[in-house]
Amino acid sequence: MKNTKMSVEAIENGTVIDRIPAGLGLTILRQFKILHHGEAVTVGFNLPSQTRGSKDIIKISGVTFSEHDANRLALFAPEAVVNLIQDYQVAKKMHLTLPVTISEVFRCPNTNCASHFEPVRSRFYVKQQNGETKLKCHFCEKTFDRKSVAEA
Amino acid sequence: MANPLYKKHLISISELTQEELQLLLDTALALKKNPRSDLLKGKLIASCFYEPSTRTRLSFETAVLRLGGQLIGFADGGNTSAKKGETLADAARVISGYVDAIIQRHSQDGSARITAEFSSVPVINGGDGTNQHPSQTLLDLVTIYETQGSLKNLKIAMSGDLKYGRTVHSLAQALKRFGCEFMFVSPSTLAMPKYITDELDEAGCNWQISNDLQQAAEWADILYMTRVQRERFDAEEFAKIQGKFNLNAAMLKNAKPTMRVLHPLPRVDEIHPDVDKTPHAYYFEQATNGVYARMSILSLILNEEI
Ligand SMILES: [Zn+2]
Repeated sequence: MKNTKMSVEAIENGTVIDRIPAGLGLTILRQFKILHHGEAVTVGFNLPSQTRGSKDIIKISGVTFSEHDANRLALFAPEAVVNLIQDYQVAKKMHLTLPVTISEVFRCPNTNCASHFEPVRSRFYVKQQNGETKLKCHFCEKTFDRKSVAEA
Repeated sequence: MANPLYKKHLISISELTQEELQLLLDTALALKKNPRSDLLKGKLIASCFYEPSTRTRLSFETAVLRLGGQLIGFADGGNTSAKKGETLADAARVISGYVDAIIQRHSQDGSARITAEFSSVPVINGGDGTNQHPSQTLLDLVTIYETQGSLKNLKIAMSGDLKYGRTVHSLAQALKRFGCEFMFVSPSTLAMPKYITDELDEAGCNWQISNDLQQAAEWADILYMTRVQRERFDAEEFAKIQGKFNLNAAMLKNAKPTMRVLHPLPRVDEIHPDVDKTPHAYYFEQATNGVYARMSILSLILNEEI
């Protein structure tokens, strides 16, 4: 048996977002409002990673991500892996694929977009353009790169 | 069989199928040839202009009345409950209970789509902020189709303010579906935005930049002129570009006989009045086509068959 010491406390039941590129952990916490969910959230930054030098990790107790929830993370960290934990064991491992649309999570960066003033949920179409992931607002039809959406 | 536009919203040209677009063009030209005053008989249309736009409004309202329909509405949002903070969503639910269709102009991008999502009747976008103005694009397409007999593989030159001109953006986006080729003539600070040229690349359409308006006029099937606003430049800069993007009749002597000059109007000095007398001038006819384009939209959306 390998003698590994956990840098972040193990959880009994919940979701672990692993292999987040170092530095993106905070963005994901903020964008997906993860602090609003779950019983306890533990986070590790700049942990050693076997494959990429360092990584961030987020553990959320008492919350089970659906495939849909997991895939929304692909916008920021397509290389992340979402593990569902039951009884301290990995019950399911989900690799991410980009969703076709994404709702609610982000505000449209266009300050003149009517979605800001009306009783509607934000809605974006995810598309690839010149090898980059872009988001097109359903309402104002403007296209944004993911960074400007994340910062809006 | 119902026509494919019956009871549909018209928010953005890009959502129309090729078949729907063709139907709109054919219907506009058919109505121009054989006017009909019965297609909106018994229909009540709301013309909701939250921001003033006299030409667009008059053109839409003329189209409704020429087709035998009736109108309610407002020409300026300043006096409406929007000022008191009512959402477009609520206004849509109320107004759509009164009428058969809503024409809406509003300063916010995406406002037409919001109204459409809450309206029980078709919504026609009369311009939403800097986003879409589909009836304007349609009248340009009708005019190009009318003068060239096709929209396919045309050479389209666009001149003037290509950076802020919503008209030229929408037109380029619509024409990229027909394999057209483009030449852009503008001051370098007012060049066509990259997101548009990226879309043309993606669609496989050739485009080039030129700073010679006469050369563009000789190359083109359609020369689409827009106005360069003096306010966009300081005096010294303006002196450098002044006149470079103005067209006169002498510059057209080697143009193709079928070449037509278009302009969304109003013009200032970018088209010299001596162009008006040449066979290339078509901008006033283009403005007239605005009414037929809007008649086409209204009659297809409100009639199962026409
Ligand atoms: Zn938007």
